[in-house]
Amino acid sequence: MIAYIIRRILYVIPILIGVNVLTFMLFFVVNTPDDMARMRLGMKHVTPEAIEKWKHERGYDKPLLFSSKEAGMRKVTNTIFFEKSVGLFVFKFGRSDEGRDIAHDISQRMWPSLAIALPVFLVGLLTNITLSMLLAFFRGTYIDISGVVTGVVLMSISSLFYIISGQYLISKLWHLVPISGYDTGVDAAKFLVLPVIIGVIGGIGSGTRWYRAIFLEEINKDYVRTARAKGLSELRVLFRHVLKNAMIPILTGVVVVIPLLFMGSLITESFFGIPGLGSYTIDAIQKQDFAIVRAMVFLGTVLYIIGLILTDISYTLVDPRIRLE
Amino acid sequence: MQPVFLWTDLLVYVLCISVFSFVWRARKREYLLAPWKRVIRSRLGAMASIILLAYVSVGLMDSVHFKLSLGTPDKNGETVYSSEVISLFDWLADPIRLAQEKTYSAPFATHLYSKETIELPDGSQVRAYQRLEYGGAHLEDTEKRWDDVFQIILKGFYKGTLIWALFCFLIIIALSARWKKSVTQTFSGIVRGSEDLPWRTLLFTFGVIVLLVTITTSLGVKYHLLGTDKVGQDVFYQTIKSIRTGLVIGTLTTLIMLPFAVMLGIMAGYFRGWVDDVIQYLYTTLSSIPGVLLITAAILILQVYMSNNPDAFGSLTERADIRLLFLCIILGITSWTGLCRLLRAETLKLRGLDYVQAATAFGVGNFVVITRHILPNVMHIVLISVVLDFSGLVLAEAVLSYVGVGVDPSMISWGNMINSARLEMAREPMVWWTLVAAFVFMFVLVLAANLFADAVRDAFDPRLKNA
Amino acid sequence: MKKSPVGQYNWLILLISVLLLSCEQHAWNNPYSVSETGQNILYSSFSDRPNHLDPAQSYSSNEITFTGQIYEPPLQYHYLKRPYELIPLTATQIPEPVYLSKNGSRLPESASPEKIAFTLYDITIQKGIHYQPHQSFVQDASGNYLYHSMKEAQTADIFKLDDFEKTDTRELIAEDYVYQIKRLAHPRLHSPIFGFMTSYIVGLKEYAAELKKVVEDTDGYYLDLNKYDFEGAKVIDRYTYRIMVRGKYPQMLYWMTMPFFAPVPWEADRFYSQPSLVERNITLDWYPVGTGPYMLTVNNPNLQMVLERNPNFHGEKYPDEGEEADRENGLLADAGKPLPFVDKVVYTLEKENIPYWNKFLQGYYDVSGISSDSFDQAISVGGQGDIQLTEEMQSKGIHLQTGVGTSSFYLGFNMQDPIVGSLTEKARKLRQAISIAVDYEEYISIFNNGRGISAQGPIPPGIFGYMEGDKGVNSVVYEWKNGNPQRKDIEQARQLLAEAGYPQGADVNTGKPLLLNFDTPGSGPDSKARFDWLRKQFKKLDIQLVIRNTTYNRFQEKMLKGTSQIFMWGWNADYPDPENFLFLLYGPNKKSGHNGENAANYDNPEFNELFEKMKNMENSDERMEIINHMVGIAREDSPWVWGFHPKSFTLSHEWFGNSKTNFIANNTLKYKKLDPILRQQKRAEWNKPVLWPTFLIVAVLVVLIVPAFVTYIRKEHAVDAAVEREGQ
Repeated sequence: MIAYIIRRILYVIPILIGVNVLTFMLFFVVNTPDDMARMRLGMKHVTPEAIEKWKHERGYDKPLLFSSKEAGMRKVTNTIFFEKSVGLFVFKFGRSDEGRDIAHDISQRMWPSLAIALPVFLVGLLTNITLSMLLAFFRGTYIDISGVVTGVVLMSISSLFYIISGQYLISKLWHLVPISGYDTGVDAAKFLVLPVIIGVIGGIGSGTRWYRAIFLEEINKDYVRTARAKGLSELRVLFRHVLKNAMIPILTGVVVVIPLLFMGSLITESFFGIPGLGSYTIDAIQKQDFAIVRAMVFLGTVLYIIGLILTDISYTLVDPRIRLE
Repeated sequence: MQPVFLWTDLLVYVLCISVFSFVWRARKREYLLAPWKRVIRSRLGAMASIILLAYVSVGLMDSVHFKLSLGTPDKNGETVYSSEVISLFDWLADPIRLAQEKTYSAPFATHLYSKETIELPDGSQVRAYQRLEYGGAHLEDTEKRWDDVFQIILKGFYKGTLIWALFCFLIIIALSARWKKSVTQTFSGIVRGSEDLPWRTLLFTFGVIVLLVTITTSLGVKYHLLGTDKVGQDVFYQTIKSIRTGLVIGTLTTLIMLPFAVMLGIMAGYFRGWVDDVIQYLYTTLSSIPGVLLITAAILILQVYMSNNPDAFGSLTERADIRLLFLCIILGITSWTGLCRLLRAETLKLRGLDYVQAATAFGVGNFVVITRHILPNVMHIVLISVVLDFSGLVLAEAVLSYVGVGVDPSMISWGNMINSARLEMAREPMVWWTLVAAFVFMFVLVLAANLFADAVRDAFDPRLKNA
Repeated sequence: MKKSPVGQYNWLILLISVLLLSCEQHAWNNPYSVSETGQNILYSSFSDRPNHLDPAQSYSSNEITFTGQIYEPPLQYHYLKRPYELIPLTATQIPEPVYLSKNGSRLPESASPEKIAFTLYDITIQKGIHYQPHQSFVQDASGNYLYHSMKEAQTADIFKLDDFEKTDTRELIAEDYVYQIKRLAHPRLHSPIFGFMTSYIVGLKEYAAELKKVVEDTDGYYLDLNKYDFEGAKVIDRYTYRIMVRGKYPQMLYWMTMPFFAPVPWEADRFYSQPSLVERNITLDWYPVGTGPYMLTVNNPNLQMVLERNPNFHGEKYPDEGEEADRENGLLADAGKPLPFVDKVVYTLEKENIPYWNKFLQGYYDVSGISSDSFDQAISVGGQGDIQLTEEMQSKGIHLQTGVGTSSFYLGFNMQDPIVGSLTEKARKLRQAISIAVDYEEYISIFNNGRGISAQGPIPPGIFGYMEGDKGVNSVVYEWKNGNPQRKDIEQARQLLAEAGYPQGADVNTGKPLLLNFDTPGSGPDSKARFDWLRKQFKKLDIQLVIRNTTYNRFQEKMLKGTSQIFMWGWNADYPDPENFLFLLYGPNKKSGHNGENAANYDNPEFNELFEKMKNMENSDERMEIINHMVGIAREDSPWVWGFHPKSFTLSHEWFGNSKTNFIANNTLKYKKLDPILRQQKRAEWNKPVLWPTFLIVAVLVVLIVPAFVTYIRKEHAVDAAVEREGQ
């Protein structure tokens, strides 16, 4: 098992290099360093010398991938790509093109993102499991059918619509919570209520549908029939046996998203003015701040891969028959 | 008239041709038809298919593009064409499309939505609601608007019922000839719902759609059925026009990614070893990059390319179309990994089966094994995932347009409509109709697609019946 | 024993009444902390984080919002008087220019501009002005600066400026002003006006070259500018310094109201140059040090920025003069009272327009500009076109202020383009035809909801050279009718188009339809409507307009290379002088090739010659005449469709006082006043939570659950019965 994890972690390295090369290429096909400098220096009275100076200070005046003027290893190392990428692998994100410390920004912006993503995830999981168990319990009745239909209807509504109508009704008409914004500490709660509610409602449709399928598959298995035949009440069967066994596929399916909760949600954060990592990424893309984009992509990749490894491990934990090789 | 073939048009035609050739081939082969009959047999599936067909026919009409001639030939006697590319649908919708007001007006309105300063002939100014140029222009007394609307609805209803009845009659005649039954027997069979296929449901849904079409078209030429937007364009026209955008994103994206996903997935599962490693590396890497970033970068690249080669893209329509195609491609790239992974697992399983092993042992070539034995046996997975992806992609378009990396801002789409509706919601009195219109039409499409997908899955993969 | 039904639900009633009571006190949707309630705090917002707060680098308006309140340049504009008038801020008086000839001899004031080789400005500042409390001034008992050369270990626990314990202050001296002018040439800074100023301030360019060499030759981050002097800016005595300008340049005084010419103490520069602080983002660019009425105490661009009253502020009195209407409007009620009035200003990050507007209506922001989409709610235009607030706004006690801004938005033609450009008769007629066809009155009414006036030329109202009434009408596009300019008939445009060689929009030689390109970086919901509208305008002439939509950078590049065709552009005045607008059409100031601000690349020798003559003149009848002549030439050539000057509408709540629109001054925060008690009342009144929908939703859920429960019971019984049957 430990050997497996080590191997998986080693396997991560080529993937990270690949991701890095790809983002690097995508970014610089679009933006020349000149573009970045012009963007940063503003509109009025920008001289070519100022642009050159800006590039030189940040090391963007070097060749992109390969430096033909240099000799030996310097051919590869004295390039924008090499200089900007190596630090990432030891999690040194460096400074943004605006001159801010990226690691510090990330560590600050991570919490608002988590403050939304975690409640949405937990409350959503709980709601979805409860609802889908209800549906599974009442399977075949009108409750089940109307529940499934409602699920499809909820799924068919654009998430933008949930946000727009939620803000309009709850904040604007009913004055229940602030319309947008964020605050640190306990005061954050009042800002979080609305995005969390909307996030949960938006996920009910697909979530319930998926979990219901898992429960039904479990219910149709032999051991459940045996339990029922023993005279156990339906409710007890459901909780004692079905829920317990269904948790395996549910958990393993869910583990992969946990690390990504840190990354935040792009849409929700920008609609509600929450200073999390999602809006950080969007802003960086719009401002063409390559340093931040690269750091965020790197972080996202690492977290995604951690999620994959966690999934593998959780398989072995819940089901000892599975061996990792 | 000069036909114009946009890239997405061509791909849509390719898609249509392949669907038709499949239908042609399947016509006589029961094993190919059987699952599709199962789809139709479920009543929700039947309804959803009819609704989808209605959407698709609008989308197809909107995929035939041409330029109209300007009338006067030039000096060399050659016909001069307008640089504006329009579609068959635009052409049919001319009375609605060209009825452009000055700015916002509400559904069925006869006056603008907000007061304007109007200069009277004597030079003095009044602040009042201005009468619309087209909407309800035929009315002499705007007070009697609702009577008039009711009249038009009634007329549309009659017309629709007539068309529907005629159609039903023809169908029944045709069916009775085919089933070799009397017309009354066929009729009562359909009414009772005792036939093999749910004809009653099919005809009923069709009837509803026919009625909706006749009523809305007869209303649409006289009024702005769903109001007008900021620059006075008819919102009803825009929502209908958005259908093509939604459909193209939903279908072409999968069409484009399909060859890669299928080929790579099967190769990884079949050859294993280093091929598998490389392919796995490829899709893990690709799926690790946040999708939005990939899409943004790609769209930006395209814009750079287009501004460097402005001559290659003559009209606004063509530019918007290329961007749409590119969006499909890039969405395809970000979404093929899921299917690829599924196919790899399935192929791994199939590869171990006796008959595949036997084929390999007899020295049958890899290519033949894959096309003969593996591919047909994974097709149901491909089909199900295509249908399931469709609704997600339609929804994704709206979100991407919000982030600013969706379809071209000049292209009419639900995403762009919702995006501009956000600003309109803050107006007071609120301009709600753009949002509602986009929402309703998108909702119906996605709902139909979801229901259809359920039916398809149940029909093709009975194991998942309860899922 | 049975409880009474009321008794059973006692707790519920209690809970609800507690909830209802608590919301009487504090609105639920209050986005601010409860502890701030009732305090003298002004709430405002920012949409983009300021990139630079260093006075040598900041230029964009969202940065000046902050730096204007913190830094004090020697001069400022009078808050109330119009036309804009310069008054001293830290200076004792407006400096009188001293003109010198080439050989250094003093010239009389009436000397002709050609003879003047240099101008001297001697600026004397007031005594006894002190800086805000700041860490860089702290000295120990022996006079060494405590925080100027810290070791790595000392800064280990430092993450923001507040983490240092001690602060101190120092008196403002003339040297600080000179220090900042030197910083414009600092090789490590990018001052946006450096390039521009090298042509005016004597020796600035050479000074920059010298500094560059010094930096390359020496180690260490700190560059002590006091060691290197130059001709252009010199200290005369403790409170006086001298700026030397090439030629005659009266606009120099306007520059002296901008933070570029504010004081920077050398201690701060020294302090912020320590590598360990630079590493932690503690820089002058992020934590400004000034003498102004406010100081920046919280700088979290992800959330909020806070300005607080500077305890060391030297004091300034509210003006006792103004325009005639000001007394009526109560703007002079506070005359002579000490500034500033507001204790603290909280700027919250607000990226989206809609939440901003809604929060304003709920009383959580004190002032609002109106976005076009909210216009109808706020404003109704009276019978004679007079603008007033709607009844709803009036009942809320909201005030409205309007003013035509000192800016210009236009549709430009690239004069280097073979089709629309050039000064030939053919191209000129084409441009004139388009100028008539593009109906900017409609544009203003649709996209700005009437908030603007259509431009008759490059100069906006409020700037010298602007002509009112029929004299100022652009006769190429308008006719004067019934006391109003009236856009010419579209037929005249078609006629012009035919004369230009495109009858019915088709080229007379080839018969091909005319296709023009509009270049824009725009995307997003609003631009689509704009493009549609623009296409409609060109269609009036049967011209096909292609929208070439591209990225911001690509657009900039196109403009720099001069490969665009038609574009939209705008200009915001730096200072209230016609030179600042007419130079946008001055040939040598071309964008393409010269990197100037003349985006249309317009280059008419006659115009250029007049411009050179006009630019250094004092405002006089003669200057007026030249300007009229220049504007006439430009109108005839029509390098721009003149577009419009936006009108700004500012709404403010009842509790917000002393607010007057001032487009030029940037340090107006100190004049603003508010009544927190009234605000508190109104907020509570406007934001009563509406609870019935919540109850309704709960009720509906209950109604849904009951039948489910019934079904459950029935099912359970059925199972039991089945089990029993099986058992039997």
